[in-house]
Amino acid sequence: MIPVSWYLVVSVLLLACGLVGLAVRRNFITVLMSVELILNAANLNFVAFARQLGDVAGQVFPVFVITIAAAEAAIGLGIIVQLTRLKSTVALDAVQEMRG
Amino acid sequence: MELVSFPLSTMIFLPGLAGLVLLLLPSRWIALHRWVSFLVSLATLALALTVLSRFDPNVGDFQLTESAPWLPSLGISYRVEVDGLSLLLVLLTALLQPVVFLSSWGSIQDKVKGYLVSMLVLETGVLGAFLATDLFLFYVFWELMLIPMYFIIGVWGGERRVYAAVKFVLFTLAGSLLMLVAILYMAFQYKAQTGTYSFAYADWLAVQLPMAEGFWGSPQMLAFAAFALAFAIKVPVWPLHTWLPDAHTEAPTGGSIILAGILLKLGTYGLLRFNRALFPEAWERSRSFFMILAVVAIIYGALVSWAQKDMKRLVAFSSVSHMGFIILGMFAGGVVATQGALLQMVNHGLSTGALFLLVGVLYDRRHTRMIEDYGGLAAVMPLYTGTFLLATLASVGLPGLNGFVGEFLILLGTYQSQPVAAAIGATGVILGAVYMLSLVQRVFWNPLSHEENLNLPDISWRELTSFAPLAVLMVWIGVYPTTFLSLSEKAVQKLLGG
Amino acid sequence: MDAVLGLVLLFPLLGALTNGLLGHRRGWSKKTTAAVALLGSGLAMVAAWVAIGHWLIHFGRHHAWYVKLFSWIPTLWGQTTSGQLAPFTVDFALRLDGLSAVMVFFVTLVGFLIHVYSVGYMDGEGARGYARYFAYLNLFMFAMLTLVLGANLVVMFVGWEGVGLCSYLLIGYYFTEGWCASAGKKAFIVNRVGDFGFLLGIFLAYKVFGTVDFAEIGRLVEGNPSGYEGYLNAVGLLLFVGAVGKSAQLPLYVWLPDAMAGPTPVSALIHAATMVTAGVYMVARANVVYRYAPEAMVVVAVVGGLTAVFAASIGLAQNDLKKVLAYSTVSQLGYMFLAAGAGAFGAAMFHVFTHAFFKACLFLGAGSVIHALGGEQDVRRMGGLRGKLPTTYWTFVVATLALAGIPVFSGFFSKDEILGRVFAAGVGDLHGYGRVYLGLWVLGVVGAFLTAFYMFRAVHMVFSGQYRGEAERLHHVHEAPATMAWPLRILGVGSVVVGFVGMGKAVTFGADVNWFEHFLHDTAPVVATAHLSLGLEWVLILLSVGVAGLGIFLATRFYTGPHAFQTPQHLTQRFPRLYALLANKYYVDEVYEKTIVKPLERTSYFSWKGLDTVAIDGTLNALAFFTEIAGDFLRFLQTGNVRNYVLWILAGAAAFVVLLAV
Repeated sequence: MIPVSWYLVVSVLLLACGLVGLAVRRNFITVLMSVELILNAANLNFVAFARQLGDVAGQVFPVFVITIAAAEAAIGLGIIVQLTRLKSTVALDAVQEMRG
Repeated sequence: MELVSFPLSTMIFLPGLAGLVLLLLPSRWIALHRWVSFLVSLATLALALTVLSRFDPNVGDFQLTESAPWLPSLGISYRVEVDGLSLLLVLLTALLQPVVFLSSWGSIQDKVKGYLVSMLVLETGVLGAFLATDLFLFYVFWELMLIPMYFIIGVWGGERRVYAAVKFVLFTLAGSLLMLVAILYMAFQYKAQTGTYSFAYADWLAVQLPMAEGFWGSPQMLAFAAFALAFAIKVPVWPLHTWLPDAHTEAPTGGSIILAGILLKLGTYGLLRFNRALFPEAWERSRSFFMILAVVAIIYGALVSWAQKDMKRLVAFSSVSHMGFIILGMFAGGVVATQGALLQMVNHGLSTGALFLLVGVLYDRRHTRMIEDYGGLAAVMPLYTGTFLLATLASVGLPGLNGFVGEFLILLGTYQSQPVAAAIGATGVILGAVYMLSLVQRVFWNPLSHEENLNLPDISWRELTSFAPLAVLMVWIGVYPTTFLSLSEKAVQKLLGG
Repeated sequence: MDAVLGLVLLFPLLGALTNGLLGHRRGWSKKTTAAVALLGSGLAMVAAWVAIGHWLIHFGRHHAWYVKLFSWIPTLWGQTTSGQLAPFTVDFALRLDGLSAVMVFFVTLVGFLIHVYSVGYMDGEGARGYARYFAYLNLFMFAMLTLVLGANLVVMFVGWEGVGLCSYLLIGYYFTEGWCASAGKKAFIVNRVGDFGFLLGIFLAYKVFGTVDFAEIGRLVEGNPSGYEGYLNAVGLLLFVGAVGKSAQLPLYVWLPDAMAGPTPVSALIHAATMVTAGVYMVARANVVYRYAPEAMVVVAVVGGLTAVFAASIGLAQNDLKKVLAYSTVSQLGYMFLAAGAGAFGAAMFHVFTHAFFKACLFLGAGSVIHALGGEQDVRRMGGLRGKLPTTYWTFVVATLALAGIPVFSGFFSKDEILGRVFAAGVGDLHGYGRVYLGLWVLGVVGAFLTAFYMFRAVHMVFSGQYRGEAERLHHVHEAPATMAWPLRILGVGSVVVGFVGMGKAVTFGADVNWFEHFLHDTAPVVATAHLSLGLEWVLILLSVGVAGLGIFLATRFYTGPHAFQTPQHLTQRFPRLYALLANKYYVDEVYEKTIVKPLERTSYFSWKGLDTVAIDGTLNALAFFTEIAGDFLRFLQTGNVRNYVLWILAGAAAFVVLLAV
């Protein structure tokens, strides 16, 4: 059996990719994909620990997360469509409407 | 075989669900929206009457319980039930809602759908808050009321509507968040004492919170204060009342009716239901404090009313005074005063609701609320004058109308233990006549000085229809209050430990 | 048969509802209105008399006929001073006994006559106004009869406030006149001040006795008078505050003169014959409390005596015919309280009874004069109307003689009874306050002189000499139509004859024919005081008749003949200050305005602008302001750039990890 630490390493790598993408990319679509990466990193942890601890609840959670991620992606893409219509761009820097 | 198996839940959720359905229909079908919401409110009233018919007034306990587990691991359940205390207020709510929809025909012309949906959702929130006996559920409904009311004031209100709406929300939230803390605290206490979580009202009655000598630091006093603050803001108890005149004045007619008629009652209801029953020692200790505030409110509200130049604002301040009577009666204790206070909650809903309704009738015609823009209206609107006079007399507590029975019982009961408070409070009866009759004189009597008022049409059939049920009940309660007092008698006796 | 008593209330209520709800409709003619209103009050009168007959036959005057219509306030549990729980309950119950029978008798009779009179008097009104007027008038009858028949304090209070409402509405009947509307409002509010006392009286009565029923209170007090000592004075005084408001006594009389803004028949019915006497009736009703409350009784007597003279002196200098009558009403009400305060409740009720007839007659006569002159009320612009208005003149003179207390007219018997009783209370040293009562007796005699003087001044200024007003009006002068003349005649006859039912022993040289007193013996007894000898009584009678005669003589000298008006003018020039004081009613209204109304208005304005807007809302707005400033400092964090936010999140997460590591 592969020890749980291997899963964690993969998970950390995924998380790092996601975070970096979130922080440095300007393309909205890429940012959205980065968020998915972060979520999947968390999913991986859940499943790994669930297996190790033998608790089914940990396997149920990723199902929730995936569902929510799908919903989130749908809304995010919807926002992107509106954004391209309004500003003809998907660059995040172009929108700073919420500036205080 | 009963027609409706879950009358309480059906009654609570019917308006809200109907509102959601309406939300999906196109906004331009205005007539459909109006009729559907009016009919739904009538159906809700019918359900409320069904509840009344199944209610047994000889039992002081909760009845018609409908419950289901919700989050069992945290002891949260869906639980609605009714007793004499809440029944009266539920009936009042169900009665006022159709009146509001009838009045909206004249006063709301813009974004009609949104208004009606807000009202329907609001009704669900109010009914739920009155009937919930799980504190978590209660809190959900309590907050649910806030949102539609915010929109009603902020979107369909008068000139300073945004200011009023924000003020209303901030005041209410300030109190209710503290209440949430207290609710959680109680749940933890329950767990500490019994080992499991519970948010059920009935369970909490058994919780004994420590009570120390000092005011602060004793858990019971703090929990009491957190609850009391939320409810006192809602009532409002002086000096937390300043959101009220703004909100009432700026809200559209229907919003004012609901606000004055029902939402304020949630405050007094909450004090009686939760503060009194859950924290008896703290209640006992703070009695004189609240009675002083109540007496101040009675006189202060009346005096400030007298100085108003805006009709709605005048009626709004009169609410401060009238709610003072209710607080006085509740904290004076004793069956007489408490029954009086409970009846007065209904009375205030009827007479102040009627006054707001009638001011709205005038506003729809002239689009001004300033008293000085009127005068001598009795000559052109005799029927309207008659209706307004009836509402005025009910409000000033003329014997034979509802206001008298409530005020009389409150003062009589208060006098038995606190003669001075009752005597000072009774001067409110004089002042009430002063400001209301001044209003009547400046609006209806005197020469007809404004030309714009010469051809004002008298009250219409629709408007008269919306006023009629209120008028009937004013007389009914005034002449035969037994019908209503007997509904709550056992519940009050149980509450007071009799 | 119990229903008959309910019918007494039901008929006028139905009349009021019919005219009130249907009167605004186009097809509703004035004739219909009048018919409905007359039926309402007439049937009430018939029902009342049938009820009285039934009561006399089946119960007899020593027993009360108690009818419970329905349970009004169900049984609630309360607390009394002794600590035990006493249930509180109010039945809507009626009580016909000697006291209420007297009231019901003349209230329905005078009420009906004034309804008839109004049919003619209000003929100039439009159909809607006419219906409104009669609806109010019927409603008043309902409220007044409720007040009279109520078997407990609370039901009485219902009628009490009800008559106040009708009074408000009828005073402000000509609502387009600002001052009429103001007068109505003033009446209601001043009455409310009195009602405040009445309410507290009810509360205290329940606290002390555990009941609000008259009969039960009576039983309790009679059974154990010393047990309630101390409380009785308080209950009596609080209830009396209510009476002071309703019956226009010092210091709350100010609304009654203003109330003359209403139509004259209203003044006759409400503000002379019936409603204003309710206070006296209430004191008589609660006499069991007063009889054992010496201090309360003295206060009642003193207030009454002072008011009697005070109001009479103002009456000397009034030029508005209705105002003269109004002050005379206040003054006569003072006599009634004087009697009640001296323990002569029967005598007080007797004066209520006779006063209803002659004062209603006077007001209706005044109404007839005003009607004939097209609304003129100032006696300075009248004069010489004797020939033009013979019926009015004769009835007015008869009623005036009754009011002045001239023998054989009704007022003589009642007023003399009062003065005799007060004197006896003084001589007999009632409750140890003999000197007070003797002083009050002197005031009473002075008042009798003033009354005779100012009333005959009015009679002469209206009917004698030359007409002094606009010639235009004189052409239209006409005697009252039949609907107005007949009530006048009936009341005029009444002013003469009703006194004979209550002749004192002295007048009849010892023969005991004082039916009135016997009739009220159970319900409004007379507190035993000193027994005056026949001779002394006759001296007193001659004295009071003498001063009245003197008053009449002086008035006739001053206001008739070739030198009319010279002496009064001379006197006003000689004592300008005194005259101004009287003509301006001792500036009482102005003083109230300055010391009560204005300060209250200022407080009210200050509470709003000072406390509400500045103090409370100001504090809150300051709080909001500081929150906003804090927000301003934080707003630079909100760049609107998503990547910025991510960096902050990362920084936060990093900080968290570091914290965990440490």
